Amino acid sequence: MEQRDPILKVRRVTKRFPGVLALDGVSLELRPGEVHALVGENGAGKSTLIKVITGVYRPDEGQIFLGGEEVSFAEPRESQAAGISTIYQEINLIPLLSVAQNIFLGREPRGSLGLIDRDRINREAAEILERYGIRADVAAPLHSLGLGVQQMVAIARAISVEARVVIMDEPTSSLEAREVETLFGVIRQLREEGVGLIYVSHRLDELYEICDRVTVLRDGKVVHTGELTELSRLQLIAHMLGRELAEVEAEGATGFGEEHEAREEPVLQARDLTQRPRLHDISFDVRPGEVVGLAGLLGAGRTETARAIFGAEPLDSGSVKVSGEEVKSGSPAAAIRAGVAFLPEDRKSDGIIPDLSVKANIVAAALPRLARAGMVSEKAQNELVEEFMQNLGIRASSPDQPVRELSGGNQQKVLLARWLCMNPRVLILDEPTRGIDVGAKAEIQKLVDDLAVNGLGVILISSELEELTEGSDRVVALRDGAVVGLLSGEEITEGNLMEVLAHGGGSEYGTPEDGNDADE
Amino acid sequence: MTPMNRAASVSESLDRSAVASWVRGRGVYVAFVALLIFNLIITPNFASVATFSNLLIQVSPIVLVSLGVALAIGTEGIDLSVGSVMALASAFLPLYLGYGWPVALFVALLVGAVAGLVNGSLVAFVGVQPIIATLAMLVGGRGLAQIFASGQLLIVSDPAVLALGQGRLFGIPAPVIVAVVAVLVVGFLVNRTTFGRYVVAIGGNRSASYLSGHPVRRTLLLVYIISGLLAALAGIVATARLGASDPSNIGILIELSAITAVVVGGTPLSGGRVRILGTVMGALLIQLISTTFIANDLPFTWAQVFTAAIILVAVYLQKGRGAA
Repeated sequence: MEQRDPILKVRRVTKRFPGVLALDGVSLELRPGEVHALVGENGAGKSTLIKVITGVYRPDEGQIFLGGEEVSFAEPRESQAAGISTIYQEINLIPLLSVAQNIFLGREPRGSLGLIDRDRINREAAEILERYGIRADVAAPLHSLGLGVQQMVAIARAISVEARVVIMDEPTSSLEAREVETLFGVIRQLREEGVGLIYVSHRLDELYEICDRVTVLRDGKVVHTGELTELSRLQLIAHMLGRELAEVEAEGATGFGEEHEAREEPVLQARDLTQRPRLHDISFDVRPGEVVGLAGLLGAGRTETARAIFGAEPLDSGSVKVSGEEVKSGSPAAAIRAGVAFLPEDRKSDGIIPDLSVKANIVAAALPRLARAGMVSEKAQNELVEEFMQNLGIRASSPDQPVRELSGGNQQKVLLARWLCMNPRVLILDEPTRGIDVGAKAEIQKLVDDLAVNGLGVILISSELEELTEGSDRVVALRDGAVVGLLSGEEITEGNLMEVLAHGGGSEYGTPEDGNDADE
Repeated sequence: MTPMNRAASVSESLDRSAVASWVRGRGVYVAFVALLIFNLIITPNFASVATFSNLLIQVSPIVLVSLGVALAIGTEGIDLSVGSVMALASAFLPLYLGYGWPVALFVALLVGAVAGLVNGSLVAFVGVQPIIATLAMLVGGRGLAQIFASGQLLIVSDPAVLALGQGRLFGIPAPVIVAVVAVLVVGFLVNRTTFGRYVVAIGGNRSASYLSGHPVRRTLLLVYIISGLLAALAGIVATARLGASDPSNIGILIELSAITAVVVGGTPLSGGRVRILGTVMGALLIQLISTTFIANDLPFTWAQVFTAAIILVAVYLQKGRGAA
């Protein structure tokens, strides 16, 4: 790509939130006619950067130049007027209005008497869709269309404002393969027209197919920027996860923590779990006393797999067996009765019941067991709570303190207590140490180790490679909702794991696709 | 993000919770006692058995429906249909008196339970928002009641039924006994049973409750059925007191009194907590407000304005917990 003056220039932008440095001197240059990938794991600063560019946030330091002129947007409306269009992951359109009305929402062409010219709206909307090869009836109400088409309409709306810069935040997360092709057609068309695109996605295949350059963010800093073709998938992942390639290779096999002796028959058998379009034929076993790690980049389907096993997500097909017996799908209650426990990723929205006491939160799952004829035995409950608050070292002023007043680490221990007091056979931990302080983190990791030693089957989901490699006896690697590799024992190294996440292919479940196919 | 939110909510809960939570929990008692003392001083002939007896009889139907509304609000829902369900129960009561009063009472209660079942099914299984589902019942229920009663006022003269509204036991008016029993039963359900735990867990964090294996749908269904039953009971008591079934007027706008009683009594509209005693006090407070104005020959319209002020104060005091 020839060197042209950048259309958008972000220069040393810093953004602080109380206690968090979200962006730390980030610079980015977007050239006209280029598709620029913006990648990074959760919390890397991608969303904050986009919000600074579009005027949702104001940078604390640094400047933004659009077409060579410094700009300072007070609100998103101003950035739109200046030619920056953003397509968010969530569709921000109005379901009951027609496709055409949505495309022209807020800037409807007026006819005589200042009334909205409906014919002209429909005609121009049809032209826009036609130009980019999007097939949809412009008069149909938006909600009558599939999610994918709705997303395409959102894109049409964004690009119909004569944008100079288009930002797409995970535009393909709800699209089918065919729709992705249409989207890529649109992107290529925009590239021809000299528009600069920022493309956020976690799907490596897509990045290599459509993007020219890449900027990798980690912990609010730019850790790499350059041509995508010059970067192997492995290098890209190493940048995202923050592991130096040489360092990883030098370390070789690590083998931290306890090696647990897997005994007996599997305590959990997941078979062909499929939930289109997010999960495809996911199968693996967990034996008693074993920690099985689920690895994958954001959006690979780790949480969905966990929720499917727990009965919290409906399955199109597949089965889950606990101790050889099939669990009726469709409700967490059935999974809990079978002996499965699930510590969700989002402690706040799926875990704690904030206004209830520590006590009520701990016994939440055990209520049916503590009750006789529908009445809760206060005595049995207090004994249980006392035992687990002590065992897990939960620091609260009293069992009656509202759980929202506890620190993140203590809240997480309350949730662990909720499940451990059920004597589960399988414990699913989704990011168990995210957002808690170092001390509590080590305590929880140690606890998981001990539990496995005592014969519990554990499924561990973590975005931290270190936690996965140190904590797991086996690792199932997921990509785009399918199993792409399986590592066990000595094979579990950060290097191997990144290799599998980049290219797929492990010992047992290898896939044929190989992915060094960068575009151009 | 997480640490930031946490820091904000912790500091907010620290400076507000000490004072505000005390007032929030007990303000309704303070207000009631204050107004009581005010009346004892100002209002002529206030300190009489008749006055208190009347106050308690009048408040009984409101207490009954408020208990059901409190449960619904506890699950982060609401039940607007209670007044119409009263009318439905009232309309059916005289139609089955020919089979004897036990059958008639049973049918009236059954009608309330069925109305609750419809509300609950819409909320729990179809996923209709509670305010919409029960609004439909509010509108349609009274219409149905008038159809069944042919739009007429029917005299009820069965002595057993009339006793429920006009009788006394050990000098205590029957409606008051019914209300007290209902308060004790619902209080027991809320504070001592798994059902009560599920109600506050669902209202506090529905997703967490579901992932803890709670029977979310069954609990919601039960909440609206109980609310329907209590409203039917209120309808029976009101009918018995009046000595007639009057589906066009019975229970009109009582849902607003009930919501007021619940909110003023310290149950937050955002769910996650149910205060039974607070709800009773809330109902007593709004009844006492209107009694005060009427007894002192003040225009009743001012009682409404005063009640509105009480609601605003109650809602303002609850705002503090929104951050968590």
